[in-house]
Amino acid sequence: MRNALTIAWRDLRSTFVSPIGYVVLTGFLLLAGWFFFNLLAQFNRIVALYSGMQGTDTTWMNLNDAVITPLLSNLSVVLVILVPMITMRSFAEERSQGTYELLFTSPLKVHEIVLGKYLAGCAVVTLMIALTLVYPAILMIYGNPEIGLMTAGFLGLYFMALGFVAVGNFCSALTSNQIVAAISALVILLLLFVVSWPAENAGEPMKTILLYVSVTEHFRNMARGVIDTTDLVYFGSAIGAFLFLTHRAVESARWKA
Amino acid sequence: MIEVCDLSKSYGSVAAVDGISFSVESGKALGFLGPNGAGKTTTMRIITGFMPASSGTVTVDGFDVFDDSFEVRRRIGYLPEHPPLYLEMAVRSYLVHVARLKGIRGAAARDAADSVIVDCSLAKVADRLCGHLSKGYRQRVGLAQALIHKPEVLVLDEPTVGLDPAQIIEIRQLIRRLAAERTVILSTHILPEVAQICEKVVIINEGRVALEADLSDLPAGRSLEEEYMRHVGGEAHGTAPAPRPAATDENTILEDKGDKPGA
Repeated sequence: MRNALTIAWRDLRSTFVSPIGYVVLTGFLLLAGWFFFNLLAQFNRIVALYSGMQGTDTTWMNLNDAVITPLLSNLSVVLVILVPMITMRSFAEERSQGTYELLFTSPLKVHEIVLGKYLAGCAVVTLMIALTLVYPAILMIYGNPEIGLMTAGFLGLYFMALGFVAVGNFCSALTSNQIVAAISALVILLLLFVVSWPAENAGEPMKTILLYVSVTEHFRNMARGVIDTTDLVYFGSAIGAFLFLTHRAVESARWKA
Repeated sequence: MIEVCDLSKSYGSVAAVDGISFSVESGKALGFLGPNGAGKTTTMRIITGFMPASSGTVTVDGFDVFDDSFEVRRRIGYLPEHPPLYLEMAVRSYLVHVARLKGIRGAAARDAADSVIVDCSLAKVADRLCGHLSKGYRQRVGLAQALIHKPEVLVLDEPTVGLDPAQIIEIRQLIRRLAAERTVILSTHILPEVAQICEKVVIINEGRVALEADLSDLPAGRSLEEEYMRHVGGEAHGTAPAPRPAATDENTILEDKGDKPGA
């Protein structure tokens, strides 16, 4: 574990020594702020409009449904694009820069290397999502949202991001080219997003399978504020599966190296 | 100390190393020669545990590189052909990081880094980024990372390639100093380097051992160059494999000789 932390710490430092960490964080927060501002402005406009009309029931309008849920689903799309940029370096850069030889001639186990790389990516997305918590905080100061529902929603976004890091690291382990790593991760993540599109017209058992594999289906539940063990198991097993695949990819690259 | 026994490695259907055997006694320095593509780097990568062999065994200090990989890795310092530097790290923090990877913990990692900084004369650049160093300094940092866990064995893959004459002399002096108390495998194209540093020479060609001999046992009156050409270059004698079609390897040797200052 200590070896994994050594590797994670170096990777994390290198993310923030290079501009990439700051560019990704700034871009993410800029977009998140823009989404939040517009969703809130729209909510205010509708509330003002309805409350001007007499006898209209406005109790169905709430911050959770009108601001937090759409904010989370917008952020999930941004993560699909940005997480591959964070993870593309993890293995690909070590390979192209020759430091792979240092890692694999040091007394380290492959799973320690894989875990270290994963933890470094997790630390970056943790920071990203932690910084967006400023928006629910603003809502809590000036409004009256449901805390439980928001917590579930942000946890959903967080678990999804952790899953994305596992996918991104796996793609990086397959190649020495960072661009290839980023694009293949982006494609896999987008596929996981849209894989359920044909589900409505598909027969059983295809329909169930497509719906289960889709990230969107599981994330949607959590973004609405529902914590279901099925969704937690989904994200947990996706992370486990991709870490395992990464381990295999790294190991097999050594045999072929 | 190091026993290589019937080692083979194939990439797909291509055999990079084809049944080579040799040994290095403890405290001796072995010059590892051969044309480009002869399988030197592959052999070194197998000895250091970077990749597994297709067949055959390597033992270091009695430990098998495959079965007791960690025991072997703790005993070997390896400088690959391209020094494995993280370009965005400062020299000192890079060396501390490597020390931790090698299993040195806490304050001892800092001490280890400080001690190799002195050994490899890196004090002047200790706080500069690896990416900003000249090739000669990068090579020294590469040597420093190979030494940091005080290994008994040093494996150096073409440590002087691409350096200017002054840098070559410095690195060579450093290696000679290090070789005095360690077992060394040194791969190079510069034949006089072997004569200066090593006690024993192994020449491989096309994945096979063409010559394994102590330098003192070479036939009197015949230089290492002649011996090398006999086994690798022009005329094929005795057990030596067929001559290689391309003349590039010979050119490399001649150029390197030209680079080499006042030997």
